Amino acid sequence: MKISMDIELKDIPGQLVLALKPVSNLGGNILSVLHQRDKKTPSGRIPVQLALEIEERGLDRLVERLKEKGVNVVRIGKERLKESMVVLLIGHIVHSDIRETIDSIDSTGFAEVVELSLSMPGVDKKSSASVTLSAIGKEELKEALGILERTVNKKGIMVISSI
Amino acid sequence: MKIKPKAVRISIVGFGNVGGGVAEAIRRKQEEIARKHDIDIKIVGIADLKGVIVNENGLSEDAIMKLKTGEKPEDMTTLDVIKEVEHEIMVEATPTNVENGEPGLTHIITALESGRHVVTSNKGPLALQYRKLMELAAKKGKEIRFEATVGGAMPIISLVRENLAGNGIISIKGILNGTCNYILTRMVEEGLPYEHVLKEAQERGIAEADPSKDVEGIDTAVKLVILANSIFDRDVTYKDVEVAGITDITPEALKLANDAGYVIKLIGEVDRDGCLKVAPRLVPKDNPLNVGGTLNVATIKTDLAGDITVIGKGAGPIEAASAILSDIIGIYISP
Repeated sequence: MKISMDIELKDIPGQLVLALKPVSNLGGNILSVLHQRDKKTPSGRIPVQLALEIEERGLDRLVERLKEKGVNVVRIGKERLKESMVVLLIGHIVHSDIRETIDSIDSTGFAEVVELSLSMPGVDKKSSASVTLSAIGKEELKEALGILERTVNKKGIMVISSI
Repeated sequence: MKIKPKAVRISIVGFGNVGGGVAEAIRRKQEEIARKHDIDIKIVGIADLKGVIVNENGLSEDAIMKLKTGEKPEDMTTLDVIKEVEHEIMVEATPTNVENGEPGLTHIITALESGRHVVTSNKGPLALQYRKLMELAAKKGKEIRFEATVGGAMPIISLVRENLAGNGIISIKGILNGTCNYILTRMVEEGLPYEHVLKEAQERGIAEADPSKDVEGIDTAVKLVILANSIFDRDVTYKDVEVAGITDITPEALKLANDAGYVIKLIGEVDRDGCLKVAPRLVPKDNPLNVGGTLNVATIKTDLAGDITVIGKGAGPIEAASAILSDIIGIYISP
């Protein structure tokens, strides 16, 4: 799972390495590090923003270890759905129960429809929609696309997916 | 001492746009080809619905003109020309028929059995009987080349077989039909509905009076089958392809795609894991597959060279003739 984390380090040498080491020790992967030396906190510490990937069960241990090493963890943001794709739908989208279409994805637990733009040129004409699907991983995203295709194909709606 | 160029006698079967383009290209390039490749290409027979002309010393421009106007045909059938007139290569340029491959299929089989190499722009026989034709050619020790069937002037089959030899080919994705590309490009540019742009394309001669083969994805599917069989060593026919066309694409969908950073293109996709599909797809605007107008494009994913993308003119008599000419020369200069 992808995590964003704000931490604060003591202003003495070696602190950044000290803070990053536990991430790799716990099998995590550091995606980005924003080290703001010029922005001290009122207590004289240096704020660092991290983005990392780590197993959910490793997260608690990571926070524990950081605290043991004197690193302040001030915020943890979890981004559960880290993979996204845009697909287009063309057909009678609204009148074929758009609610059910969205539910077919949302009810999976691993994917959601996070954005929907709809264009309806006329009552008797086909509508077009762009749908953003998000899922917890690449495989899950592929599966969500499959579910969407099966759900709307029954309704005569065309799905246009990305290459 | 300069050796005399090797005489290569060819017949052209099917003398429409493509066949005529081949004759024209040979007329323009004959000397250059003789000089560069030591091959003297002579057209010794032309067969068409209008009739047949033959001259074992090479047909004159005059004689070819006369065939176009329907004068002086010989008392021979097309199959007589293929069988009885001495020549090395039969160029098959009759129209594609995806139902049974005829008459091209019979022409190709007859040519191979008569000991001729075959160079073809006709997709039907290859889309339906690829394996059988290759086996017959191998048995007779002859070649069938068909670069003109996929992507017109754009090199793809010889690119993979020769220049990318040694690479494993993972997938090929691309726009293989210029008519669909033109329609989708114009719909985006003008915000006009499909029917309107189709009419415009028909008026400009880019779409046929019956555009169904192009816009319903059949033409792309047939080309994909040829790639699947020749490059991925599959044994599939056009009926094995999952096909969707562009007739349902709305201007609103193109607008929504644009807002999200994409264009919609009719993409043919084949890979080594079994994918064989033609469908409108979202292509990121900055992807090399996003080419406009009537252009064709293909991205070849390889295991060593990474992605290679080729772009070129997919249709047109001289473009097809370019591919046919390179196939003719290729038969003689390949090791």
